Amino acid sequence: MTTATETLHPHDAAHDEHASHGGGHHGATHSGWRRWVYATNHKDIGTMYLWFAFSMFLLGGTFALCIRAELFQPGLQFWQPEFFNQLTTLHGVIMVFGAIMPAFTGLMNWQLPLMIGAPDMAFARMNNWSFWLLPPAALLLIISLFMPGGGPGAGWTFYPPLSVQLGPGMDFGIFAIHLMGLSSIMGSINIVTTILNMRAPGMTLLKMPLFAWTSLVTAYLLIAVAPVLAGAVTMLLTDRHFGTHFFNAAGGGDPILFQHVFWFFGHPEVYIMALPAFGVVSQILPTFSRKPLFGYVSMVYAVCAIAILSFMVWGHHMFAVGFPATAQLFYMFMTMLIAVPTGVKVFNWIATMWQGSMTFETPMLFAIGFLCLFTIGGFSGLVLSLAPVDIALHGTYYVVAHFHYVLVAGALFSLFGAAYYWLPKWTGYMYNERMGKIHFWWSMISFNITFFPMHFLGLAGMPRRIPDYALQFTTFNEIASVGAFLFGFAQIFFLYNVIHTIRGGVGPAPAKPWDGAHTLEWEVDSPAPHHTWETPPDEALVRRGLVAQGLEH
Amino acid sequence: MLLRRLCAALSCMPAFAFADSLYTFQTPQSSIANRINDLHTWIMLIIVVIFVVVFGLMFYSIFKHRKSQGHVSRNFHENTVVEVAWTIIPALILAVMAWPAARLVLDQKDTREPDVTIKATGYQWQWGYEYLDYGFGYRSHLATPRAQIENYKGDVAKNAEYLLEVDEPVVVPMGKRVRVMTTANDVIHSWYIPALGVKQDAIPGFIRDTWFTADHIGTYRGQCTELCGRDHGYMPIVVKVVSDADFKTWVAEQQKKAKAAQDDPNKKWTKDELIARGKTVFEANCAACHKSDGKGGGPFPALAGSKIATGPKDGHIHIVLTGKNAMPSWAGLSDTEIAAVISYERNSFGNHDGDFVLPAEVKAARK
Repeated sequence: MTTATETLHPHDAAHDEHASHGGGHHGATHSGWRRWVYATNHKDIGTMYLWFAFSMFLLGGTFALCIRAELFQPGLQFWQPEFFNQLTTLHGVIMVFGAIMPAFTGLMNWQLPLMIGAPDMAFARMNNWSFWLLPPAALLLIISLFMPGGGPGAGWTFYPPLSVQLGPGMDFGIFAIHLMGLSSIMGSINIVTTILNMRAPGMTLLKMPLFAWTSLVTAYLLIAVAPVLAGAVTMLLTDRHFGTHFFNAAGGGDPILFQHVFWFFGHPEVYIMALPAFGVVSQILPTFSRKPLFGYVSMVYAVCAIAILSFMVWGHHMFAVGFPATAQLFYMFMTMLIAVPTGVKVFNWIATMWQGSMTFETPMLFAIGFLCLFTIGGFSGLVLSLAPVDIALHGTYYVVAHFHYVLVAGALFSLFGAAYYWLPKWTGYMYNERMGKIHFWWSMISFNITFFPMHFLGLAGMPRRIPDYALQFTTFNEIASVGAFLFGFAQIFFLYNVIHTIRGGVGPAPAKPWDGAHTLEWEVDSPAPHHTWETPPDEALVRRGLVAQGLEH
Repeated sequence: MLLRRLCAALSCMPAFAFADSLYTFQTPQSSIANRINDLHTWIMLIIVVIFVVVFGLMFYSIFKHRKSQGHVSRNFHENTVVEVAWTIIPALILAVMAWPAARLVLDQKDTREPDVTIKATGYQWQWGYEYLDYGFGYRSHLATPRAQIENYKGDVAKNAEYLLEVDEPVVVPMGKRVRVMTTANDVIHSWYIPALGVKQDAIPGFIRDTWFTADHIGTYRGQCTELCGRDHGYMPIVVKVVSDADFKTWVAEQQKKAKAAQDDPNKKWTKDELIARGKTVFEANCAACHKSDGKGGGPFPALAGSKIATGPKDGHIHIVLTGKNAMPSWAGLSDTEIAAVISYERNSFGNHDGDFVLPAEVKAARK
């Protein structure tokens, strides 16, 4: 390890060992638009990822509000049913591929080099290319809406034969997915290489911050499954235009083949969105509990176990297609098994808080919010894992409630927590704590108003992806719609708070604004200089942090 | 055995207490639905216990171990005994959950020895039913009028069974094992009746099956649960459970009706007869997109004055048989139905082609 690090950072006697000095001598930075278009600096690229993700979040959120407005009442108020289908599809695609995934890649870009003591990401130019593939992909999705027949309206899962039937908007969706897949693969290769080769001296794999661990495992998952998704949508494309019959029974194909391939990607994808959230929470909880993370090693094992199991459970998305009993049982048992490592993580987090000395700044609130709501999403996941019960709930609003509990309250809340946690480092200023707390409580309450009633809708039998519903579903739908608009409104506090912080916030932030934080990013100035860790942190510094994290004695 | 009895005892009580509640399943009406309900209740009980323990500990810690209360952190960060315990205990709890679930999976999947077999075919956007033992079948369409659905110009009063009503329900005898074989004509649909505890995807080109035995006489309603395009929300499923005697009467009636309705292949159709027949075919199949007045809407083209409906007959027959973009193929309709609907379209909505199509022309075009 040390040799590798040495080669990557040839020791420069002219500089002192401590790397918190300002940057700028690594060649002049471009100014104006060139700084962003030609960006190779991990911090600039991370910033672009985060802003891109946030704008996609607002766009996907707007689609969600269009959906909830239509569903406020039975009957068709605003949209034609086919446009409603396009709204649900684009909401899903944009939130998954445009908001959550790029937001985590942005976080990893910003934080990994800082946290492991590397000067930048391993492949700086590829990093630029990974990001700049995303805006065209987003543009394709938006343009698709203006194609004849409108955007892709087959749901984010693109099941054929419906997706084969649709107009050219679907092709735009397919190409967008190709681009986003390429971006993810390159981003992941970068993350894996950076983590494996560029850690500070003395930081062995089992001494990395947990966020680095979850990033590493996530990146491996993506490298494994992003090509699978690309294959699935490419087969779709050739079925649509080049006369193949992969998914057409009349030509010897099988529509269910697509579902197998899609969910072989799709289930690991769920963890691609969840694992980095686990990592973020595992950084925030110890900091504000002023106590080392409980059970570090078992946390790492749990992450790996979840990643491996995630490849063996895809069939639980297909319990209603009519598997033979043996397959139904296999997927049910494997799915239930995931509850074990997930439970270990939840127990470890609670044990981290136990006997701590907790304070409740906004990042901590979001981490605890994550913990509460993700656990509830885990419970509904357990209910759904039981194949016989899933037969009753598959394709209903219960599933919608479940995955919003794990993705909004899971991934998104952890992202908000991460943003507040690291904003002082990114901007050099402290954010407005009061407004952060309002953002949290408002989001927390309105999230539950929106999504909790959906459990009842699903139990009562309301199918998902319908633009109109029977009268007995009215009350809960009205509640959910009101909640959704409140939730959307809450995000304005976040946007305002971030901009306010960038412009000076409530005052300058110290290098280490959180007294319980012990990872390496807090050893550099706030705001983090353009270039950091040009010389690796010295072993004594690394060791001090590891001891404080309970990883060395 | 003790486990099973405990399981049954625990799960029955709340199931009765919450029957007809807004907050859980519809009241189960078949043995399978009852067992799903019991399994769900049993799992929810376990979950509530775990919830109370986990959240209790977490919030105890949140309230007691805070800095503002002067609590000083204790610097422990691992404990092998505790960590092994909270890996093994959940695994054991899962095994307890898995046992009744696995038994139910096996029973759900056992579709042998049915008393009645019904083939349900999903179409965009209606269901077709065939009673394979009795040799008749029919289509089942949404019965809610389009006018009640479209609120664009303000609220419209709605039927009590809005969106859950059909013109021809599925009729099954009470207490008999009914096997439902599902397939589809165009895209994937899913056949779902919550109260009977059945859901089975309908996959074009393949046949899958499920079963139920209805416990009580009554009408049970469900919807398509796999996104199938524009009118996914508008293809409900209604199952009417009747007594065995009523079922027999109904079957006899249907058989008679089927015979009468069968188009005589040698019948000589006149233009007016075809147009009149075509109107019913149009309303049942085409009006959802092209609208009753033939004006279309959104991405769905108008038929009134369209190039195809006023152009050569061959092109018109071709598009109905093969579909185009969002329009599915209608090859599943009979020659007579297609001839009739094309004749209707060419002589309605202000189209005055004057010509009409005979079933034999459709038959020829299929080759």
